[in-house]
Amino acid sequence: MKDDNDAIDPQRRAFLGVAAGVTAAVTVAPGVLLHTVDAAPRAEPVTSDVRWGLLIDTAKCVDGCSACVDACHHENGLNLQTMPAEQAVKKWETQKPAWVRKVKLQDNQTGRMTTLPLMCQHCDDPPCVDVCPTGASFKRADGIVMVDRHLCIGCRYCMMACPYKARSFIHGDVHGQLTSVPRGKGCVESCNLCVQRRDFGQESTACVDACAAEGHHAIVFGDLKDPDSTICKLLNEMPSRQLREDLVLNTGVRYSGV
Amino acid sequence: MAKSVLTVGLVALGLVWALAQTAQADDMKRYVVAGSQAAKLESCVEPTELMRRQHMEFIKHQRIATVHEGIRIEKYSLSGCVDCHISYNAEQIPQPINQADQFCGACHAFAAVNLNCFDCHAAVPNGTPLDAAAMAAHDAAGVAAQVQSHRDGENH
Repeated sequence: MKDDNDAIDPQRRAFLGVAAGVTAAVTVAPGVLLHTVDAAPRAEPVTSDVRWGLLIDTAKCVDGCSACVDACHHENGLNLQTMPAEQAVKKWETQKPAWVRKVKLQDNQTGRMTTLPLMCQHCDDPPCVDVCPTGASFKRADGIVMVDRHLCIGCRYCMMACPYKARSFIHGDVHGQLTSVPRGKGCVESCNLCVQRRDFGQESTACVDACAAEGHHAIVFGDLKDPDSTICKLLNEMPSRQLREDLVLNTGVRYSGV
Repeated sequence: MAKSVLTVGLVALGLVWALAQTAQADDMKRYVVAGSQAAKLESCVEPTELMRRQHMEFIKHQRIATVHEGIRIEKYSLSGCVDCHISYNAEQIPQPINQADQFCGACHAFAAVNLNCFDCHAAVPNGTPLDAAAMAAHDAAGVAAQVQSHRDGENH
């Protein structure tokens, strides 16, 4: 699980931070040959030869569409939880599980509105991992930041540390869980880039599939370390940003048009 | 007098309960889905005696390999337990495996062990479709329509 990509981070940051026009020479050399998409269940430990990420083109993201959110709920069984009868609607709205949310941004000077899906940004230096007292919040070698629910004590420090408000907490009992996504009361959870799909060699995430099915194609999923991947080519061509890049977290989710 | 009668009565009741529990646990601990992968095997993924005493250790180690390293073909797998040992009622509806009269639940009730696995994990096969081999096995057992499970491994 040792992540050995520290040495190349500055290069990556420079490469990804600058807009279009940077030559491919700066891209990562190791891992190019090792990038393969398996069709079978994973037999070997994940390595840092790949780093999974998303690129979201906010120009293509449609206001009012929630296909990615619904797909995420369906894929991960988030819709198994319903509002407890005794709970106030407002409280439920703020506490219900949300691995991905639709967020609207407005430039107050120009009035320009931007809409985008916001999920765990899969930081290279995740603050949630820094603060976790039990090691439950961790970064997998392939860059996926996730929660080991066996170790999570539900303290919610990670929720406070996350600058993206990407995590949610399960307050009540859950019934009818999916076999592939175990989840229950007392644990924090967040987007894990459909880790169950990753380990079975599937190509994309639920949100990407849903967005494409709607014809928007606003989200692209891929390996940030493979210069031949669609996501790397797009990052190379179009200007993109990290949200809150001032925090220098080197996020795995990038946005263009914000 | 009344006190001793009550004591004897309570002891007898206790014994009957213990016997019933033993019988149920005994009954359930050999249960496997007819036609499942386990049904064709002499024992589970390890010899039966070892499984009875150490299954919790096996899946505890497996969970680290799966959650942290993404390895999905481990020999030990909780969803593997469920796939092979789930039982169905007359309507072919799978019964949660942690219920007191089911495979996991019966033994744990007998041993007075409180089981937390299924607070989070699915207690019935539930999710994306089975692989071809498992599907064929469940077909043969006549329960295919109700079973949709995601297997964590191939080797059991």
